Amino acid sequence: MQIRLVKKADIGTRRQTLIFLAAIFLALFTTGLFILFLGLNPIRVYISMINGAFGSAYRLEQTFVNAIPLIITSLGIAIAFRMKFWNIGAEGQIIMGAFFASYVALNHSDLSRPVLLSIMFLAGFIGGAIWGFIPAFFKAKWGTNETIITLMMNYVALKWIIYLQFGPWKDPSALGFPKIPNFAENAILPKLFGLHIGWIIALILVVLVYIFMNRSKKGFEIAVIGESINTARYAGINIFRTIILAMVLSGGICGIVGMIQTSGVNLTLSKEITGGVGYTAIITAWLGALKPHWIVLVSVLFAALIQGSSYIQSAFGLSAASAQLFQAIILFFVLGSEFFARYKVIFDWKSLSKAKEDRE
Amino acid sequence: MKNGSAYVSMRDITKIFGTVKATDNMNLDVTKGEIHALLGENGAGKSTLMNMLSGIYIPDSGHIFIDNKENRFTSPRDAIKAGVGMIHQHFKLVEVLTALDNILLGYNVGLFVNKRIQKEQINKIMEKFQLDVDLDKYVFDMSVGEKQTLEILKTLYRGARILILDEPTAVLTPQETVKLFKIMRRMKNQDCSVIFISHKMNEVMEIADRVTVLRKGRTIDTLIKENSNPQELTELMVGRPVDLSIKRIDKLTDKVVFKVRNLRADNEEKVEVLKGINFEMYQGEILGVAGIAGSGQKELCEALAGLYPIKEGEISFKGEDLAGKNPKEFITRGISMSFIPEDRLGMGLVANMDMVDNILLKQYHKSKGFLVKRKPAAEKAKEIIQKLDVITPGVHHPIKNLSGGNIQKVLLGRELDSHPELLITAYPVRGLDINTCLKIYDILNEEKKKGVSILYIAEDLDSLLGLCDRIMVISNGEVTGIVDARKATKEQLGLMMLGNKEVDNAD
Ligand SMILES: Nc1ncnc2c1ncn2[C@@H]1O[C@H](COP(=O)(O)OP(=O)(O)OP(=O)(O)O)[C@@H](O)[C@H]1O
Ligand SMILES: [Mg+2]
Repeated sequence: MQIRLVKKADIGTRRQTLIFLAAIFLALFTTGLFILFLGLNPIRVYISMINGAFGSAYRLEQTFVNAIPLIITSLGIAIAFRMKFWNIGAEGQIIMGAFFASYVALNHSDLSRPVLLSIMFLAGFIGGAIWGFIPAFFKAKWGTNETIITLMMNYVALKWIIYLQFGPWKDPSALGFPKIPNFAENAILPKLFGLHIGWIIALILVVLVYIFMNRSKKGFEIAVIGESINTARYAGINIFRTIILAMVLSGGICGIVGMIQTSGVNLTLSKEITGGVGYTAIITAWLGALKPHWIVLVSVLFAALIQGSSYIQSAFGLSAASAQLFQAIILFFVLGSEFFARYKVIFDWKSLSKAKEDRE
Repeated sequence: MKNGSAYVSMRDITKIFGTVKATDNMNLDVTKGEIHALLGENGAGKSTLMNMLSGIYIPDSGHIFIDNKENRFTSPRDAIKAGVGMIHQHFKLVEVLTALDNILLGYNVGLFVNKRIQKEQINKIMEKFQLDVDLDKYVFDMSVGEKQTLEILKTLYRGARILILDEPTAVLTPQETVKLFKIMRRMKNQDCSVIFISHKMNEVMEIADRVTVLRKGRTIDTLIKENSNPQELTELMVGRPVDLSIKRIDKLTDKVVFKVRNLRADNEEKVEVLKGINFEMYQGEILGVAGIAGSGQKELCEALAGLYPIKEGEISFKGEDLAGKNPKEFITRGISMSFIPEDRLGMGLVANMDMVDNILLKQYHKSKGFLVKRKPAAEKAKEIIQKLDVITPGVHHPIKNLSGGNIQKVLLGRELDSHPELLITAYPVRGLDINTCLKIYDILNEEKKKGVSILYIAEDLDSLLGLCDRIMVISNGEVTGIVDARKATKEQLGLMMLGNKEVDNAD
């Protein structure tokens, strides 16, 4: 017997949705077996998982608090990926955005709240934009590999925050505990409907990025460069400037996440500020097919998954490892379904001459 | 099932892509030791049919017999096992490997490769078919013709007895084509079958034994070449009588609009590829450019469109020097270039985008504001489909799924639509069927009537002599002469293409 893969022609959205649903079902089935093995009732566990993610105002809020940074970061990543610029430096861009915003928050808390928050917002954008600009400039000028540079810059950013946290920015009133002082009241994002207004920012950005990518001239140019540099040159597109612009936006949007997380969630800057969102968002951006509206859906589901599995962890007294295992299994199936949407697996049971005999 | 003496027999083959029936119950029989040509208009289904024979596509229905055994190929690997190998128009070679490594790549499943023994085997095949390949040469150092020979060798080494060549001559120089035909004849003498796709009628008449004509996804007829002629074949292809002559209309004015003086340019290796080009163009004339492939046509084209860095010289358009300006400024002044590259999609089109976005590519910067306007582009797309008979399921279909010729119509339609004053067009009929070629000539003539100056770069001397007012011959980056197309002969052009300046008879 032989097994091999054949690349499929483009499949329709309907089939893609079906494959996706099948993947979810299989994932639930497999985790179900695992839950049974732990001696629990899978249905009950699933229900309480949903319950844990959406079941009360507080839980819903937590889910959305987790979804907001995922959505915004995915949007930023999607702009770069559309250009086939593999920006895996969102992590660093978030950190630099957080750093710039925190600098403003810690040094200018005497400003009025709207002014201070606006400046912080801008500072966050600029911080991320600078961190996006550097690899873009290197790539556009000398053709360096953006994957390596953006990745390395994540570590540079992280070490810089650690240095600040343990050194010059350490809170003297924290009894030697290495933490940066909390933001003043003025520097904290207000809430609307029980949720910090980051969610409004996220929704506005979804609309703006959608328009930018699908309707604007610059977005069109970015897509053309992503498909073919030669054609872009031919059409008179300024490639250098467009690469820079795309990455300044990509990094800047990720920088905004840094501002929102410091000012809306952590209320200070710390080395854990990103919570790994910069990497997770690569997955959500891909699963959302780099399309803003899908990114919202995928990110919320992803956040619910995380929230739900941490809830069942306490509700059923599971170990952290098994909760993470649930997440991993679901991810495995969903990412795997992408593969089945693209390739067909063929099992070749009989030899070719046999096939002929069958026919006659 | 009875297949007579056919070695390859395809029966009732149907393949549907979405709403397009690419092949509709097609039939094809090829015998041993035969060169069998496939003729058909763009989008007739030639490539699709062959992709099924070589295991790239799986037919929706129908049967494929090889040597009277039915085969169901699910991959090119199956096909090659049954002796079918296909040479695509886009070569599948790894540029940074040598010829030998490319041949062995992916073929040897064993852990250790004994290159010496395999080299001997390869040498034997080269001798048998008299192929001329330098096994230690890197692919990036090879010319298009060399790469093609390497692809053939690779396929033969893997055991192909049936060789499919999809438009192999579209990118070859006449000399390379002669070489290829020799190889094909030798294969025939070794009892192999060769299936040959080409839009060039003279090639089909020269090399084929039998010809199968396809039209709109259906098999029309299989004829013995000796008993047929180009006129009949064309009519079968198109489905109605066609006048095959190229028309020429007289040039209108003597007003010079475009002047190139002492144009020089270096390539990336700092070798001079344009060595002081001088010429001028009149309003409303077609100036042909003839030359052996790689004599500087591509560089000249790109330089005249602002895409190639020039070292010195003057490019003046209506008295204004454009040398050193960026591509956008050329576009805004009404200079349009359409270069049909060897791989068709390389420059000018975006394969993954639909027709609307590809047309938008040349329009969007003309409109005001921050946003693009897709509506006018969609209307233009529909217009082009009408005017050039583009076969496509719709304007929102990614153009990479169109047939080769239809992709080209999209490009050309777009360039003509920008109402240029100077149109630089290189190889515009590469890979187009006869009927469409004639249509393109008509369109160029129409533009000429409107006063557009057209620089027409081509490899086919017949079309150059029939269509142009004057022909400029370049050889090795130099102009060897500009002749009157009404008086010039093929022999004269041929000598000039080789660098001979004496035969100049310009006015
Ligand atoms: N992968 C695909 N998806 C959708 N449609 C396709 C695909 N491949 C081919 N087609 C359609 O099938 C038809 C036949 O295409 P095919 O490439 O076989 O034509 P062809 O005879 O080789 O033409 P040409 O001479 O222009 O290369 C065309 O209408 C084309 O648009
Ligand atoms: Mg074809």
